[in-house]
Amino acid sequence: MATSSTLPHDDNPPGHFGPYGGRFVPEALTAALDQLDDAFQAAIVDPAFGAELAELERTYTGRPNPLTPVLRFGELCGGARVFLKREDLNHTGSHKINNVLGQALLTTRMGKTRVIAETGAGQHGVAAATAAALMGLECTVYMGEEDTRRQALNVARMKLLGAEVIPVTIGSRTLKDAINEAMRDWVASVDRTHYLLGTVTGPAPFPTMVRHFHEVIGREAREQILAAAGRLPDAVVACVGGGSNAMGLFSGFLDDPQVQLRGYEAGGDGVETGRHASRFSTGVPGVLHGARTYVMQDEWGQTLPSHSISAGLDYPGVGPEHAYLHDTGRAIYESVNDDEAMTAFAALCRTEGIIPAIESAHALAGAMRLGRELGPEAVIIVNLSGRGDKDVATAAAWFGIELGHSESM
Amino acid sequence: MSRPLDEVFTATRAAGRAALIGYLPAGFPTPQESVELITAMVHAGVDIIEVGLPYSDPLMDGPAIQEAVDLALKAGTTTDVVLDTVAQVTAAGATAVVMSYWNPIERYGVERFAARLADAGGVGVIAPDLTPEEAGPWIAATTGRGLDRVFLVAPSSTDTRITTVCSVTSGFVYAASTMGVTGARSEVSSAAPALVARTRRLTSLPIAVGLGVSTGAQAHEVAAYADGVIVGSAFVRRILDAVDHASALARVGDLAAELAVGVTR
Repeated sequence: MATSSTLPHDDNPPGHFGPYGGRFVPEALTAALDQLDDAFQAAIVDPAFGAELAELERTYTGRPNPLTPVLRFGELCGGARVFLKREDLNHTGSHKINNVLGQALLTTRMGKTRVIAETGAGQHGVAAATAAALMGLECTVYMGEEDTRRQALNVARMKLLGAEVIPVTIGSRTLKDAINEAMRDWVASVDRTHYLLGTVTGPAPFPTMVRHFHEVIGREAREQILAAAGRLPDAVVACVGGGSNAMGLFSGFLDDPQVQLRGYEAGGDGVETGRHASRFSTGVPGVLHGARTYVMQDEWGQTLPSHSISAGLDYPGVGPEHAYLHDTGRAIYESVNDDEAMTAFAALCRTEGIIPAIESAHALAGAMRLGRELGPEAVIIVNLSGRGDKDVATAAAWFGIELGHSESM
Repeated sequence: MSRPLDEVFTATRAAGRAALIGYLPAGFPTPQESVELITAMVHAGVDIIEVGLPYSDPLMDGPAIQEAVDLALKAGTTTDVVLDTVAQVTAAGATAVVMSYWNPIERYGVERFAARLADAGGVGVIAPDLTPEEAGPWIAATTGRGLDRVFLVAPSSTDTRITTVCSVTSGFVYAASTMGVTGARSEVSSAAPALVARTRRLTSLPIAVGLGVSTGAQAHEVAAYADGVIVGSAFVRRILDAVDHASALARVGDLAAELAVGVTR
C-alpha cells in the first residue's frame, strides 16, 4: 500500500504530466516544496509510515468503505448496474480525509506545528481541522466569504474543531481567492507551517502527492467490483473540481483500457451562459496556482470567474493530471449543469435513501446520462465523494422546501 | 530607448551609489495617469522602472499592490496597454523592465511578448513565479533580443539554488529580502544582508534588494551592501492615499527624491 502505482505516464519529468503540472511559484517557496517532496518520497517507501496511515484509515476514517449496489437508482441510468463508492461514509463525510491524514502525518515528520488550508465547500477545511485536532497541530483555514455564507454549517464545524476560519474578502471571494490567501500566508510562515492543499492542483509535488493519498479509493473499488460483479466496470465516474476524488478513483483503473474514465465538471447555469466551471469546454492551457493546466481565462490571461451551485466545483482551474488525461483521450470530461445535478441529487435521495453532496450529484447526473448510452448490461462505479448534510439549506432553497424560522438557513 | 541594465549599474557603481528601482503597475489608476506618474518617478531620480502587468491572481503581493492592480484591471489595462506604457515611458527617458506573473505572458505568446517588449524599448522582464526549470521557452525568446531575464533569490534559497537561478539570470539578481508578500515594513528584513552576501559569493551580477523598503533611511541602509534598492508598495500607497492626480504626482515625486538621496552611500 505504500507505493504509488506505476501509471502509463509516470515517465514524464518529475512533477509533470506531459506539458502540464510543474512548479510556477515564487522562489521563497522552492525550498519548502523541495522539503515536502523529500519527505513525501521518503515516507512512501517507509513501511512505518504506510502502516501508520493504514491504521488511521481503518480505525479513524472507517475504511474500507462499502461499494453499494443501487438498483433503484440504476433504473434511472438506463437500467445499468450502478455501484456507489461510499466516500460519503468516511469520518468527516467525504473523501477529503484520505489526503489530510497523509499530509498531517508528513507535517509532523517535517517537524512543523501548524497547517493552513483553503476550502470551497468546506469539506476540505473540515477534514484539515479534524486531522489538525487529531495530531495536535494549529490550523488556519481560508475560505471565500461567498462560500462561508453558502456553507455556514461547515464553518461552524471547523470552529468547533479548534480551527481559525478566515473569510477571504478579495477577488471573487471563492475558492480561487482562498488559495491566493493561503499561498500568501504560507510564504510568510513556511518555517513552521505546512500548506495542506486539498486537491490535485498546485505546484509539484502536490498533484502527485494528493493523488497518492487518494489512490486507496481506486484500490478498494477495484477489489470490490471484482468481488461484486465478477469483472471490471465499463466505466468509473466522478465529479471534477480540482479533481482529487476523481484521480483517486481513476488511479485504480488507469491501466485497464477497457474501463472508461468519466469526469463531470460543473456546467453551472449552462456553458453557453458563461456562468459555469467548465474548464475543458472553455478553458485553454495556462498557469494558475503554481501549475500549468486548463484555466478559464480571457484573451489576456486574466483568470475568469467560475460559477456553480456546488462550492466544491466552483474553480477556474483543474488538476494538471486531468489536463493530461483529457488531451490523451484516456479520460473523457463533460459538463453537468446545476439543474441536471439537482435532479440527480433528488433522485438518489428518493430512490436509495442517500443524500449526496451536490458535488457528487454531478457525478450521479453523469451516470444517468452515461448509463442510458451504455445500456442495461453496463457496470458503472460512481464515486459518491461526499454526503449532503452540508447542502441541505441549498437543496431546500432549490426545491422550495420551507425550513421554518431560522434566517441563516 | 532604455539604457541596458548593465549600463545603469555600471554608472551607479561609478557614482558610488546603489541604483534606485521603482515599481508601479501600468494602468494604475488609469493608463494615462500611470504614464505620468512613472515619468515623474524617473525625473525625480528613479534609475530603473518596473512596469507592473496587472494580473487577476497576484499571489505574491500584499494589500496595496492587490488594490492597485484591481483598479488597473477595472480601468481596462490589457497587456497591449502595458506595452504601450513601456513605449511611452521609455520615450520619456526611462529604463523600463516589465514585472509580470507568468500566465499573461504565456497567454500573449512568449515570442510575441518578447518581440513587442523589445520594440517598445523595454530592456527586461521580472517574472516572480517563473522558475528556471520552466523557463526554457522564455530563455529562447529573450536571447538575442536585448532583453534581460531577472530571476529571484530568497532567504530560503540554498547556495545550489542560488547558483542555478543566477545561471539563467541577466541584468541583475532580485534578492527578495523577506519571506512574505510585497508591502511596506517598518524594518528591512535582517535576512537581507546575509542573502546578498551569500549571493555575492556565487555571482558577479548586480544584486538588488526588494520587499519592504519604503523610506530614504531604509534605502540608505540597503545601499550599503546592495547594488540596487527596489521600492514598490510605498509608491503605490502614496497614490492610493492621494486625493487627486496632481497630489499623487507630487507625492510619488517626493518619495522618489527622498529615496534617490537614500541610495547614495
